[in-house]
Amino acid sequence: MAEFMLPANSKIGPGKAHPAPAGATNVKRFKVYRWEPDSGDNPRVDTYEIDRDACGPMVLDALIKIKNEVDATLTFRRSCREGICGSCAMNIDGTNTLACTQPIDDTKGDVAVYPLPHMPVIKDLVPDMTNFYAQYASIKPWLQSQTPPPDKERLQSKDDRAKLDGLYECILCACCSTSCPSYWWNSERYLGPAVLLQAYRWLVDSRDEHTGERLDELEDPFRLYRCHTIMNCTRTCPKDLNPAKAIAGIKKMLVERRM
Amino acid sequence: MAQSQRPLSPHLQIYKPQLTSVLSIFHRLTGVGLAVGTLFLTWWLIAAAIGPGAYQTTQAFYGSWFGYLVLFGFSACLFYHLCNGVRHLVWDLGYGFEIEDVYRSGWAMLAASVTLTVVAWMIGLGIGG
Repeated sequence: MAEFMLPANSKIGPGKAHPAPAGATNVKRFKVYRWEPDSGDNPRVDTYEIDRDACGPMVLDALIKIKNEVDATLTFRRSCREGICGSCAMNIDGTNTLACTQPIDDTKGDVAVYPLPHMPVIKDLVPDMTNFYAQYASIKPWLQSQTPPPDKERLQSKDDRAKLDGLYECILCACCSTSCPSYWWNSERYLGPAVLLQAYRWLVDSRDEHTGERLDELEDPFRLYRCHTIMNCTRTCPKDLNPAKAIAGIKKMLVERRM
Repeated sequence: MAQSQRPLSPHLQIYKPQLTSVLSIFHRLTGVGLAVGTLFLTWWLIAAAIGPGAYQTTQAFYGSWFGYLVLFGFSACLFYHLCNGVRHLVWDLGYGFEIEDVYRSGWAMLAASVTLTVVAWMIGLGIGG
């Protein structure tokens, strides 16, 4: 059942302010969600004023600057800083994206930074991804076949290989799934856009021989059909992929196999 | 070490309203509006079947300002749900998933439902007075 309000322990209280260093002329304000697991307090939003003349261009640069120079307790995930690992996925300025590829120049006014929406928070900007990864494992994201392996690799025509374009590039950052209201209300049963895009990636792979079993697993009012084509997923994907189109592809395959 | 229960990160509270999600929630709301409107329609039909007295009562209601408001809401819900329903049918055929197309079809659907509602009322008021 959809719960539109935040639970009592999740309501956000007032936070601390960290003013800009004296003499800074190009100041940008970052309002960052904080939650300290050991304190017993509710989450809060801290305000950090950053001198942009002494900061890199991306939101991740600002977060790293805060952690290095202002407040070492700020916690977030990051790794590649070039949009390929998906670690720094978070809600910036009201939409989900990767902090490392989000230019500060493209944000208006104060920059609000929250963890990915409707997720259990481990600390600050770090959400618990356990359910997301378990759902990914549930679609068996590997090649399944009956025929014995050939001497060399399993070959694929250029056309068949092209069907994987726009799918294999997904980095599983979960921006799309956590932008989806349907996933917010039903994440324990609905697989969500990211995992369904991955499911489609294996459904259309010409080398995979378990298409029927894969479709059987997906044909379910919740696992697949909680998608109501809201399109927040495609709107927010930092890799410019189209999960909504992939989900429509699965729905089409299910209709076609009945005919 | 004892840890307090993990909070839920904010969602509706912080996610930016955008055409994609706003049109979708209005599709749901107008669907609810249609269900309520159908009750009013049923009341009118039953009254017509019962006899002139009962029918007179419903006519008086639908002629009042509140009755007009109900009818306007019902018709607006109907045209919105119809136009967006067509948009959903196109999606179900597998077309129009590029985000530029989603925005184009969204604005077009809004314009069509407003136009249809206005035209229907112009015709209705023109005939009924």
